Amino acid sequence: MFAQIEEYFRLEKMPHIWCPGCGHGIILGAMVRAIKELGYDQDKTVVVSGIGCSSRASGYLDFNTLHTTHGRALAFATGIKLARPELNIFVVMGDGDCTAIGGNHFIHAARRNIDLNAIIFNNNIYGMTGGQYSPTTPYDKKATTAPYGTIERSFDLVELAKASGATFVGRATAYHTKLLTQLIVQGAKNKGFSVIEAISQCPTSYGRRNKMGDPVEMIKWQKEHAVNVKAAKNMTEEQLAGKFKIGVLHQSEAPEYTAMYDEIIARAQQKVKK
Amino acid sequence: MSNALSQLGPSEIKVNRRWCKACGICIALCPKNVLEADEKGKAVVVAPENCTRCGICETHCPDFAISVEVNRSND
Repeated sequence: MFAQIEEYFRLEKMPHIWCPGCGHGIILGAMVRAIKELGYDQDKTVVVSGIGCSSRASGYLDFNTLHTTHGRALAFATGIKLARPELNIFVVMGDGDCTAIGGNHFIHAARRNIDLNAIIFNNNIYGMTGGQYSPTTPYDKKATTAPYGTIERSFDLVELAKASGATFVGRATAYHTKLLTQLIVQGAKNKGFSVIEAISQCPTSYGRRNKMGDPVEMIKWQKEHAVNVKAAKNMTEEQLAGKFKIGVLHQSEAPEYTAMYDEIIARAQQKVKK
Repeated sequence: MSNALSQLGPSEIKVNRRWCKACGICIALCPKNVLEADEKGKAVVVAPENCTRCGICETHCPDFAISVEVNRSND
């Protein structure tokens, strides 16, 4: 029931600006349902976003929200978390925002294992600026800046997050909303840097150019190409060809950054007292 | 299952026509064909009696434009 999550929205800002059939609204819904399940106080929850279609999400939500600069959502979020470690922080970014313009902020936030929840709305394209290819546009797919197909290899966000030191990494799609909500809940409970990749559909700037059909066909594509990591264990490499895994894809233990920072402050204060 | 559902009373499916952008996702994903497109492509409820309250239309609407209200007065 929408009425159950209505309190988390700035209803006067609705309807949102996203195109018909865009997956971002579905992902936003999954995220808000996760925050409701977590029972977080709206005044103790912060949503930080960068620039792009996905980053418009913060404007529709009734939390403490910051709509920041391109690629720098994690830098702002790091500042907030260091100043107020008790706050629950969700960082909404697009694929280009997070891994191209903000690529350095992303790997270093992961390396520090700071307790932030990064939710990447991955629609494989720069939608708002006119359909330029991003670091997650698959090889050979068309974009306005790659009219004959991109020749670049794409980033696997999960592998990038793992290699950089994130302690919780999961992936779901706009089709797999229940899983997406669960992953965001689990990621929020992880005391460290959590990365949730949410595969979205961009019918306007990506789907149309790559002949992927209407929004319904695009969301069905997600259903047909995603394989739960548990099912993938019993599948051969041949069966997994052309598919991608969803679910909890990585968990590890590492000291959390703000906790270590507090220890350093205590150590410095002791030294001053002596 | 059908007994349990009938005890809940009819579900009320609300479509916010002002927010609906006629993408067709709810219509296509509904497992019971409860919804159809009107002349503008926006969702209209045509068979509410078939609704199983699975909520797929609601969780998959990109525009927060459809809501399944469950009458739980008999619970």
